[in-house]
This record gives sequence, C-alpha cells and structure tokens, in this order.
Amino acid sequence: MRTLAQIEFLVEQEADSTPQAAAKLYLTLGEEVLEHWLTAHSHKPTQLKVEGFRLLALHKQSSRGDPSFNACRETCRELVYHYNLIIATPDHPEIRTRLMMMRLVASHLYYFVSGKMQNAQLGEFCCSSRDLRLEQAS
Amino acid sequence: MTDNRAEKYKKVAYYPGCALEGTGHAYNRSTKEVGKALGLELEEVKNWNCCGAMEVKNVDPKVQTYLSSRVMSQAVNEMGHSVVMAPCNGCYHNLKKAEFELKNEEGTREVVDRISKKAGHKTYQAGEVETIHALDWIKHGIGEEGLKKKVSKSLKGMKVANYYGCMYTRPRNIFPEKDKGPGTESTSQPHFMDDLLAAAGATNVDFPLKTACCGGAHTLSDSDMSTKLVLNILKAAEASGANVIATECPTCHTGLEMHQIRAEKRFGVKTNVKILYFTQLLGMALGLSAKKVGVHENMSDSFELLQKQGLA
Repeated sequence: MRTLAQIEFLVEQEADSTPQAAAKLYLTLGEEVLEHWLTAHSHKPTQLKVEGFRLLALHKQSSRGDPSFNACRETCRELVYHYNLIIATPDHPEIRTRLMMMRLVASHLYYFVSGKMQNAQLGEFCCSSRDLRLEQAS
Repeated sequence: MTDNRAEKYKKVAYYPGCALEGTGHAYNRSTKEVGKALGLELEEVKNWNCCGAMEVKNVDPKVQTYLSSRVMSQAVNEMGHSVVMAPCNGCYHNLKKAEFELKNEEGTREVVDRISKKAGHKTYQAGEVETIHALDWIKHGIGEEGLKKKVSKSLKGMKVANYYGCMYTRPRNIFPEKDKGPGTESTSQPHFMDDLLAAAGATNVDFPLKTACCGGAHTLSDSDMSTKLVLNILKAAEASGANVIATECPTCHTGLEMHQIRAEKRFGVKTNVKILYFTQLLGMALGLSAKKVGVHENMSDSFELLQKQGLA
C-alpha cells in the first residue's frame, strides 16, 4: 500500500500509461485510500468484492458505524463507473477526458477521506451521524 | 405519489433561513422572482428562527430538532400552511430530519414538547406539514411542460453542470418520498435541477461530482482541503464541457465561489466555469433581467457569458 503522500502525488497528475492501465491505477488508488482509513481505525481491510469491485466492499466496510462516511458513496460509485467506461471502450474518442474525470473523482475521494482522517467532522453536517453523537452523549 | 401537488404547491410557506438573508441574498431574490413569474405564491414564515444548522446540532441534536420544529409549528399553527418550502439545503435537510425524528423518537418528542411549552407555542406534531425544496416546488408546482410554455429566452447554448451538494439527498432515510421510481427524485443521481434547466433550454453535462462533498464543514479548520475539494468539482465541471455550474444551496454556492478565487490565489490554479443559482438561470429564461435575479450579487462574474448568450 502506498503512503497517503504518494497517493496524493499520483492523483494530482496525469498517468503516463495506456488508458486501461491508468484506469486500473486510479481504481487501486481509491482502494488504497479506503485501506488507509480502515487501518487507521484498527480494521483489517476486506478482500471481498461488492458488485465485482473491492472498492465498493471497502466503502461498505468503512461506513459501517459511521454514517458520515456515506458522503463519499457516490464518489466510489463514480470511480467504478468510469473504470467500466474506460475498460469497455478504450478507443473512445473522449478517452482522455474520461481518464481525466476518473482521476478527478479519485482525487476527490483521496481529499475527502484524508480530510476526515484529520477532522472526523468532515461530512457530518451532510450525513448527520446522529447515532454516534447520541452514543457519545450518553 | 398521487398528484395534487400542482395545486398544493401554488401557495406555500416560505422559509428562507439565515443564509438567504446574508451571503445567499441573490438566491432569495431570484427564488421570489421566479415564483412571481411562474404564478407560484410564497408567504414567508412569520417570526422564523434558525434551523439549528450545524452549530446547535453538534451541541445538542434534540435542541436542533426543536428549533426546526418551531419553524414548522409557525407555518401550520400560526399561518395555516400545510407545505413549507426551504430553498437552502441545510434548512431543508434539518426540517426533514426533525420530521423524521419526531415521527420515530419518543425521547425527541418529549424534549420538543417541553421546550415548545416553555416557549409558549403549540408543539409541532409530525406529519402536520410537508417540507419541500425549491426544486420540488417548481418541479411539481409548475412542471417542465408548464415551464417550457413560459420560457421567453431559451438557455440554449448554456452547458450546465448541476451541483446538488451533499445535504439534498443524505441521509436517505429522512427523505421517504425520494427513490420511489419515475417522477421522484433520486438520492444517488438527483435530476430535478437537470430536468428544470433542460426544460428552459440548457444542455446538462454528465457531471460525476454532482453530490460530492465540497468540504464546507472543513473550511475553517483546513481551508486548503476545502479548496482542493472544490477545485476538483470546478475542474470536473470544466472537463465535462460545462460553462456554468448551477447550484441550489447558498452554502455550496458560496463555497464554490470563494474557493474558486482562493484556488487561484493559493495554488495558482484558475478555473473559468461560472457559478449561478438555478433560480437565476430559470429567472433569465423566463425573461427576467440579470439584475432582477441578483447576478450582480454573485462573487462569480458571469456577465460576459450571459451577454454572449443574450441573457444579460
């Protein structure tokens, strides 16, 4: 697993490889971001897959007991969507734009999760982790 | 859902919330103007208070629920309304959340009842009003077909990335009316704003970060993180081919505008996509002037683009 700094470096620049390889890289970076989150919370990252993707299984595992983590549910799904799009049609005329979009989505996931690792409140306003707060209050 | 909503939404209680009296003034102005142009009436909730936003919620969620319930109590008990329209995602979210908790939690009901009695007003009971967003109001109050008939300046040529932000659809359980199939809003791929702007002639682009976090809650604790999150949204909108990001929340709107400027100053990254409230775009499509819908109040200067499109 790469360090968060290495992940940040990679999501900040265009990958110098084939579209398929780049798509695989961005998907892996997404998985590694979630692995960091889980490891930091003393969980063993799952090797399972949901709908054929480990990223979705990792997201499901990460958001267990933390509703605010759902703020990146769609981001993970968009990452998977773009991966499928790129792998299925690598010769598409818009392939470069699609790759850039996938990188931006991976980057968003990175900043959101690493932001939450610094300040768990990120995403709480929107996702209202009521249960957790009630638990803390009791 | 059966549809008497066109009739029901013709006159609703309007809860602008604090942001629309401050940074989101242009949203307030354009929402009211669009309502007038479409023949939809708004009556502002009398003596409304803050919905509790995130500050109160973080101190005591039940007090926040009370604050939101008081707004609904004012609407139903003091004004006789059955629908409250809140254009701000934060207010909309909090009123929906209060509704959900009052329906499902005995403990919350007791606290709200106790504070309401102490404050000297009737306790709000779950189900007495329906809280809707400005998007629901226009989508069901007038509909795409009704809107098309009133468009005098098409938004043709405007390529729009619709940004809904995070609170409009999350958490799913407080929005029981969403995800009910055709005609209802989707929590994973919201489309009401897309539908309305398309009816006004705009082209909606495929935008992957339409519900992504803008880092709003992080702005003060880590501004760089917020700027980077917003920058991704701006870049993705541009890469999608958009020349405008349409917003439907004053917090998101201000965040995008503010961090667009900050991104250039702090990181030297300039993005050119313009940011406008969806009500401003609709208003101009309905023939209202740019000034009337408060475009001059935005930080993002979109006049050149609007002039090119014949809208300003």
